[in-house]
Amino acid sequence: MVNDFVVRFANVNGTGSASANYLFAKSIFRMGIPVSPKNIFPSNIQGLPTWYEVRVSEKGYLGRREGIDIAVSVNPQSIVEDIKGIAPGGYFIYDSTKPLHEELFRADVTFLGIPMMETCNREFSDPRQRLLFKNVMYVGALSALIEIEYTVLEQLIGEQFKGKEKLIAPNLKALQLGIDYAREHFECPLPMRLERRDLVGNQIITTGNSACGLGAVYGGATVAAWYPITPSTSVAEAFDDYASELRIDSEGRKNFAIIQAEDELAAIGMVIGANWNGSRAFTATSGPGVSLMNEFLGLAYFAEIPAVLIDVQRVGPSTGMPTRTQQSDITLAAYASHGDTKHVLLFPSTPTECFEMTAKSFDLAEQLQTPVIIMSDLDLGMNDHMCDPFTWNDKYEYDRGKLLDADDLEKITRFGRYLDVDNDGIPYRTFPAVHPSKGAYVVRGTSRDEYATYTEDSPAYKRNMDRLVRKWNTAKTYVPKPEVYQKHSPARDAMLFFGTTTQSALEARDYLGSIDAMRLKSFPFCQEVADFIVKYDRVFVLEQNRDGQMRSLLITEFNADPKKFISVLNYDGLPITAAQIVDQISIHMTSGRKK
Amino acid sequence: MSYVRPKFRHPQLPKNKLGYTTREYEGSLSTLCAGCGHDSISTAIVQACFELSLEPHRVAKLSGIGCSSKTPAYFLGQSHGFNSVHGRMPSVATGAYLANRDLIYIGISGDGDTASIGMGQFVHAVRRNLNLVYIVMNNGCYGLTKGQDSATADVGSKSKAGSVNPFEAIDLAGMALELGATFVAQSFSGDKTQLVPLIKAALSHNGFALINVISPCVTFNNNPGSTKSYDFVREHMDATATMDFVPLQSVISAEYGEGTKTVVTMHDGSKLALNKLEAEWDPSDRVSAVRALYNARLEGEVLTGLLFVDSKSTELHDIMQTSKRPLNSLHQSELSPGNEKLQKINSVLR
Ligand SMILES: Cc1ncc(C[n+]2csc(CCOP(=O)(O)OP(=O)(O)O)c2C)c(N)n1
Ligand code: SF4
Ligand SMILES: [Mg+2]
Repeated sequence: MVNDFVVRFANVNGTGSASANYLFAKSIFRMGIPVSPKNIFPSNIQGLPTWYEVRVSEKGYLGRREGIDIAVSVNPQSIVEDIKGIAPGGYFIYDSTKPLHEELFRADVTFLGIPMMETCNREFSDPRQRLLFKNVMYVGALSALIEIEYTVLEQLIGEQFKGKEKLIAPNLKALQLGIDYAREHFECPLPMRLERRDLVGNQIITTGNSACGLGAVYGGATVAAWYPITPSTSVAEAFDDYASELRIDSEGRKNFAIIQAEDELAAIGMVIGANWNGSRAFTATSGPGVSLMNEFLGLAYFAEIPAVLIDVQRVGPSTGMPTRTQQSDITLAAYASHGDTKHVLLFPSTPTECFEMTAKSFDLAEQLQTPVIIMSDLDLGMNDHMCDPFTWNDKYEYDRGKLLDADDLEKITRFGRYLDVDNDGIPYRTFPAVHPSKGAYVVRGTSRDEYATYTEDSPAYKRNMDRLVRKWNTAKTYVPKPEVYQKHSPARDAMLFFGTTTQSALEARDYLGSIDAMRLKSFPFCQEVADFIVKYDRVFVLEQNRDGQMRSLLITEFNADPKKFISVLNYDGLPITAAQIVDQISIHMTSGRKK
Repeated sequence: MSYVRPKFRHPQLPKNKLGYTTREYEGSLSTLCAGCGHDSISTAIVQACFELSLEPHRVAKLSGIGCSSKTPAYFLGQSHGFNSVHGRMPSVATGAYLANRDLIYIGISGDGDTASIGMGQFVHAVRRNLNLVYIVMNNGCYGLTKGQDSATADVGSKSKAGSVNPFEAIDLAGMALELGATFVAQSFSGDKTQLVPLIKAALSHNGFALINVISPCVTFNNNPGSTKSYDFVREHMDATATMDFVPLQSVISAEYGEGTKTVVTMHDGSKLALNKLEAEWDPSDRVSAVRALYNARLEGEVLTGLLFVDSKSTELHDIMQTSKRPLNSLHQSELSPGNEKLQKINSVLR
């Protein structure tokens, strides 16, 4: 059991456990061992139970895995469930300041009691420190039990409190209290332990939201408008933080504007206004916000105004469960708004892709003159993920699409905003104030001809709608291509997945004898997707929603036989696991063959 | 269509500093009903921009949805325009302004567009002091959807269907004053002598400038006894239940002196009482503006003129400390921090 187990921390929200838990996960990463931490938190600021699950995997499996090997409990509220959740042979580390009820003990679990509260009350006088250092103390105990290198922890604490050096000593003291207690009272190390490896290479560990915010800075966004909603808030915050550091002009003024709007309608309205006027602009939200943005998304589609929207998906309405993860806005986003509308979607699966796709989405939105929606989710957005480092090609130039400047306008006899000059469905656009007497027009959703002149002429409307279909077909050649995982021998079955299902899907694929697979990166589906699908009798579509939304999209867009697509789903608010995928696919592998 | 523009122009049409005649400030032909107050406001905008010698292409005009929001097509034909969605012009204007602080922005809205569906965005644009001339073409009804009461319709007035409006009217100017608006004015569409200078003042203001313009809907504002009523059409409507007859009306004008009151007779014979602020009115005092507005309301009058202006107003970009240069003019080299910085960021994430 070296470098292969799951540790779950049960904390109370708002007690400062997050930084201790992060210290734990990051120290494993620093030891060169693949690790993937996940927050499972309530919609609450203080008081409710919150969990932090860390999977350690020598093989590099970074999806969520069921079965807890080591549970660390500092929350009496959830203790009964926490003990139940431990896999046989596992460990339960708890605060033994108060004795545990007899009936809670399990014969197949080793109970390791540490008087955390008692020790901290004795060792620290400040009530806040007493609470906070309980967390650091259990990290110390764990470091003795599973052999986290002390120098790594010491270094991380030093980095964490850079600039606040006087906090380093008490943190190290709390760490040592945990180490000493574990060494004195338990047989250290446990059989379940860590060993330094060199498996993470030059990878980084960060959240998807932070990467999206950084991607927007690199992609040249100058206007951001947003309305707070978990789990997307930290996208705007990351943009603000990075831009405040990287985008200040020589007078100390900001080369960007960020506005906390009055609601999501206003946020997307601002993004559209800014893009119309020549700025790259974006917003970030979650499902409820996308619902509110529907009208404007339709306007942007019809009026052909670029816009970038980052949708960090969560569970349905209300508060509570919604701050869990899902991929359940697929159909909402794909066809958002009234009238005939379709939108370009991108599906990142790692923070690296969040960065790249966000940066590139501004090109794509301007090339196609339409909204581009980045479909992230809570798991990707708010959890730390190991991923490839960010890179940027300094030679690359932004592609602002078909734009006419004053000189271009001088050369043409008559500017037609909605003329399909190149027969690819994409017209040329102008920015306000481009020329004293040419290139101006009034933007409208519909009711205009190729020259943007008002008309209620039916053929003109139809011509425009048909051109938008041409543009949609062109979009298929612009969007990122899928990633294919194929064996060379002919196969009947394949699986198809996207976004955060990827990690678990790839793990499941190992268990399923390398079944052929495709990872979707975008909508509209490009030719490669069509070519892939026709090769198989059955395609398992893996997704994290109840209704198989991506499956519906595939059936609709390809006008395909629904029987061909089999849903493999998880929609309980937790990230999908490899075991869930294997179980659901296996049923079809044994029974589904004879038809 | 309210008028047919004469093909022949007098060769000696006056020219402004740029050498332009009013012609350079006109838009396409209006498709609004003949006599609609909104057209008079468009004409006043043309006149104001002409007199200020604005370069037409340096102006951006935005609107929501409604008859009023159609007007940007009818003035400043060389300016870019944006006919957006119902009630959401302020957000589009905010984004546009953030992108380029150097243009002049005119936002056109209706009373439905502002006081109902767009109330949220309106108040937030006021509070951010967005550098925008915000003109409400206020007819007390929803013109484009055929005459329903709007939230600025007077309490007790009768709707098209005959029911009495039981709800208090929203006073946009009073509300803007409460919200800290830095420029608040009211006028009447038919009073060019007052309206043109007000628009010019608003265009010169550094911040949010509200002009609430009472603008009769000749076709639907059929609330007897209201400040914006029009009964004549209603008889015909009752008869047919559809609006198949729109009588050609002429524009109502009302020019009256400062510090005086006038009563305007509407197309149906109903009266609109206007009370013009006196010449010595001090528009720098918010409290007296609130009081005067309220007193006029108690008298059943619409107080017109420049109620309040804060000449030292700080607009949105300066509040936000954004670059003095338009954000849309920044070059990639100023926007993308480059790979070296990115590698430093990577190293922090290991
Ligand atoms: C979301 C939405 N709801 C309803 C409408 C229908 N609608 C069009 S114009 C209008 C009212 C316009 O009233 P006002 O702003 O006062 O303009 P007016 O026509 O009176 O100038 C309504 C309700 C719409 N276009 N969009
Ligand atoms: S319906 Fe009323 S507001 Fe609309 S154009 Fe006719 S007169 Fe003007
Ligand atoms: Mg109206």
